[in-house]
Amino acid sequence: MFELKEFIAAQSLDQADELLHRDKKNVILGGLLWMRMGTRQFNTGIDLSGLGLHRITDLGDHIEIGAMTPLRQLEISRLLADNFGPVLRDAVCHIVGVQFRNLATVGGSVFSRFSFSDVITALLVLDTRVHLFRGGQIPLADFLETSPGRDILVKLTIPKQDVDTAYVCQRKSAADFPILAAALARTGSAWKIAVGARPSRATLAPKTAGLLSETPDKTQIDAAGNEILRELTFGGNGQGSREYREHLARVLVKRGIQKICS
Amino acid sequence: MQLKNFSISCKINGRTYEENIAPDRTLIEFLRGLGFLSVKQGCDTSNCGLCTVWLDGTPVLSCSMLAARANGRAITTIEGVQEEATAFAGFMAAQGADQCGFCSPGLVMNILAMERELDDPTPEDIKHYLAGNLCRCTGYASQMRAIEAYLAAKTAKTAAATTAAPAAPAEGGA
Ligand SMILES: Cc1cc2nc3c(=O)[nH]c(=O)nc-3n(C[C@H](O)[C@H](O)[C@H](O)COP(=O)(O)OP(=O)(O)OC[C@H]3O[C@@H](n4cnc5c(N)ncnc54)[C@H](O)[C@@H]3O)c2cc1C
Ligand code: FES
Ligand code: FES
Repeated sequence: MFELKEFIAAQSLDQADELLHRDKKNVILGGLLWMRMGTRQFNTGIDLSGLGLHRITDLGDHIEIGAMTPLRQLEISRLLADNFGPVLRDAVCHIVGVQFRNLATVGGSVFSRFSFSDVITALLVLDTRVHLFRGGQIPLADFLETSPGRDILVKLTIPKQDVDTAYVCQRKSAADFPILAAALARTGSAWKIAVGARPSRATLAPKTAGLLSETPDKTQIDAAGNEILRELTFGGNGQGSREYREHLARVLVKRGIQKICS
Repeated sequence: MQLKNFSISCKINGRTYEENIAPDRTLIEFLRGLGFLSVKQGCDTSNCGLCTVWLDGTPVLSCSMLAARANGRAITTIEGVQEEATAFAGFMAAQGADQCGFCSPGLVMNILAMERELDDPTPEDIKHYLAGNLCRCTGYASQMRAIEAYLAAKTAKTAAATTAAPAAPAEGGA
């Protein structure tokens, strides 16, 4: 467990920002699930719980997800399911357990830029934008290229879209980390495919997606399954070898396409 | 930097507690320190679910939450839902689903939360909701039987109560 010298429930984002930059050993507290496995000694833990950032809000042409929204809400929110289909639900529903997902936050998940992240893989196919207190708003894909700096992730926004989605993954057991994960989205005839846990960070595969028509036939689906191996790189780690991941990538991409078309 | 304690006021099982605590005290340390020894810790990786309590009615891992965050909120442990927990324990005993029993308080808290959150859960829904509750003794089959029997008995009871109320069936039949 990490150590804290002080706990402050921030009264405003300005105060949280001021505290964060006052001392290098001050830290933003997310859901703490990841942080608690570390043993670092921090000075002030900055709590954002009281700032109304735990909500999912319909803002007309887009939906806003506050940084402190628990992952469980991505799973059960009607608003998200109605607008973006099953992709967010199916991405988070395997993460450890209900009690865990009631604590782990969207902000902590995105800010950490984990390469195994189901959450990031799914958000990538929805044109998600990340809103940082200092850094302003940037597309999630660009955010992932930056290294974790000292800023506050305030919220995400996702434009409403007429989209069909699917999430597919392979895990050793139901609640384990993904060995490989793929998110897919289709808007009209335009497809988006993201593959995560390769084991490097999730990324979009526009070339593969470009091979697909609105209702792809078997030849197109097979071509996409082959192209994903040329377009993205795969590697091995304790969870699975490169060869196994390449095999999975081909299968999961095809399965995802079929899921959306069925 | 000097250590600064945090003063917290929260309700536990309906009773208000005001305490001065270390800023990095976890909720489970706080609860056990107050004598709520039903709350168990079975892992260091937020994986086992043994430490499950309710925060404003929502099941959470008390090992993974700072007690400071319980300020102004309501915590429920199994001591706060004794009657339901005892009723459920009967179904567990009937299936031989209690072995060492170490996982039971956390499991019961999550089952009772599930019962409040889900309508008519299928066996798949139940498994999904309870995936974060590990048990090293039973292999889960006996627990599943106990849970299904418990839910079925509850449904039967509710159905009996609603049908009995409007018109009692005529005795003897046609
Ligand atoms: C045992 C275990 C298994 C897991 N399995 C999976 C899995 O299968 N799939 C998956 O996708 N994820 C998995 N995760 C990751 C998990 O879902 C969360 O992404 C992770 O715990 C981080 O979220 P948190 O809210 O707990 O953040 P914390 O642990 O509180 O914070 C993580 C980091 O982000 C910073 N931070 C938090 N919030 C903000 C903010 N708003 N602004 C700026 N910085 C912030 C913190 O300072 C810290 O450095 C797992 C984690 C654990 C511990
Ligand atoms: S003690 Fe294992 S999840 Fe909390
Ligand atoms: S009965 Fe022993 S851990 Fe579940």
